[in-house]
Amino acid sequence: MTLLETQNLTAHYGDFQALFGVDIRLEAGQTIAIIGANGAGKTTLMRSIAGVLRNAPGMIRYDGTAIGALPADEVMAMGVSMVPEGRKLFPSLSVEENLLVGTYGRKIVGHWSLDTVYRLFPILREKRHVPGTALSGGQQQMVAIGRALMSNPRVLLCDEISLGLAPVVIRDIYAALPEIQSSGASVIVVEQDIGQAMKVASTVYCMMEGRVTLSGAPGTLSRGAIHAAYFGAHA
Amino acid sequence: MIWLDTIVQGILLGGLYALFAAGLSLVFGIMRLVNLAHGDLIVMGAYLILTIVSVLGINPFLAALIAMPIMFALGWLLQRVVLNRVLGPDILPPLLVTFGLSIVLQNALLEGFSADSQRIGAGLLETASWNLGPVTVGIMPVLTFASAILVIVGLNQLFYRTSLGRAFRATSDDPVTASLMGIKPAGVFAMATGIAMIVVTIAALYLGMRANFDPTIGPARLIYAFEAVIIGGLGSLWGTLAGGIIIGVAQTLGAAVSPEWQILAGHVAFLVVLLIKPRGLFPRAYD
Repeated sequence: MTLLETQNLTAHYGDFQALFGVDIRLEAGQTIAIIGANGAGKTTLMRSIAGVLRNAPGMIRYDGTAIGALPADEVMAMGVSMVPEGRKLFPSLSVEENLLVGTYGRKIVGHWSLDTVYRLFPILREKRHVPGTALSGGQQQMVAIGRALMSNPRVLLCDEISLGLAPVVIRDIYAALPEIQSSGASVIVVEQDIGQAMKVASTVYCMMEGRVTLSGAPGTLSRGAIHAAYFGAHA
Repeated sequence: MIWLDTIVQGILLGGLYALFAAGLSLVFGIMRLVNLAHGDLIVMGAYLILTIVSVLGINPFLAALIAMPIMFALGWLLQRVVLNRVLGPDILPPLLVTFGLSIVLQNALLEGFSADSQRIGAGLLETASWNLGPVTVGIMPVLTFASAILVIVGLNQLFYRTSLGRAFRATSDDPVTASLMGIKPAGVFAMATGIAMIVVTIAALYLGMRANFDPTIGPARLIYAFEAVIIGGLGSLWGTLAGGIIIGVAQTLGAAVSPEWQILAGHVAFLVVLLIKPRGLFPRAYD
């Protein structure tokens, strides 16, 4: 079953067009990865799906509903939750408060609660009363992921969760992915790290200059093809 | 001993200024909106309480309780219908709109209630006092000060103990990310202004019981409120109380020297604090 798809998605920042007809599809229970260089439009795609950028209604369909024009809070209430690029923790909230904001205004039943998030990332329980921004980058990323999980989303959007983190920390964070998947969330990860993307995703989309230049299951894509789709160069 | 008495009176007066300022501080802290009509909204609240008192013939404190939900609804609507439309990266439109609102309110009150000065009668409370050895304190100023503390404690509880408070702080930090968490910034702002108007009602109650008021005195209250907020450091409610107290003490000390020094001394104290600590006494750690 297709849970989320974009159809000929275009997006603009003022006069600048950032996306030129992007089609991606996320099946229920699947994890897909979006790869591409800086400026390829990956974050714009995520912000469009999450409702931060508004589009024509039919450009994004979630669970059979056209959500392209809905604002972020309504998209979130429907079960699409985002870990934003740069983590974006609330500086005046403690770690625990940051997590609790993820449940704002709703009674949510599901796998994820403060307790299960703390079990997923035990270090956060120790630091729960510390301001979110006083943590290390990797720990902040854990808070951002936990915060997005607190609403028990059906779709989790992870925008550049490994950006600026040490490899060992990235490994810790990706170690949480299987439990996230088994909790029932379908996941879209945006990555600059191709190797990481290939490991976790069943379908990889490569973007360049606002278009999808290559897509397929990781095993079926050759290095050369990815290289060409990523950089636009012919290998 | 006269000095001790003067300082105590000043501290108590600071409670009134903190009440004037708390609503302003709340709204500014959450949405970076400087509401230039804040003083006029207080005066409007005083007229509302006065009207309820005279129509229903009840005690002003009860009347204020009735006025609170009305004022909350007015604040909510004001934010929803008017102010949310002008909030944005540019700080000028909200300033202009609230400045205009201030003029509209003053003229509407003038039209509705005339320029005669009014007072909310509080009976014996107006003159009752406690004799505490060297100083004698009026019951009314003590009640005002206690109310200011209760309001600040209450707002802090709301901010730090409730999910609405978390939403307030999260939205204040970053409205876009807050909306990713399912928070509607427009709705949060409307709640904030509604709550600020409840505080305005409490301020209006004491304004009206302690002294005469007429439709034009709003802007002068706004100045005291502003000074209290700035002295305290933007966003800190306890700082706002400290700011109110500094202005109150400066005014009573000034008045003790010579009555014409009262108002000026408050403003001078404000400038002196800004000279020493340009960001106020308790600035937020980040901004």
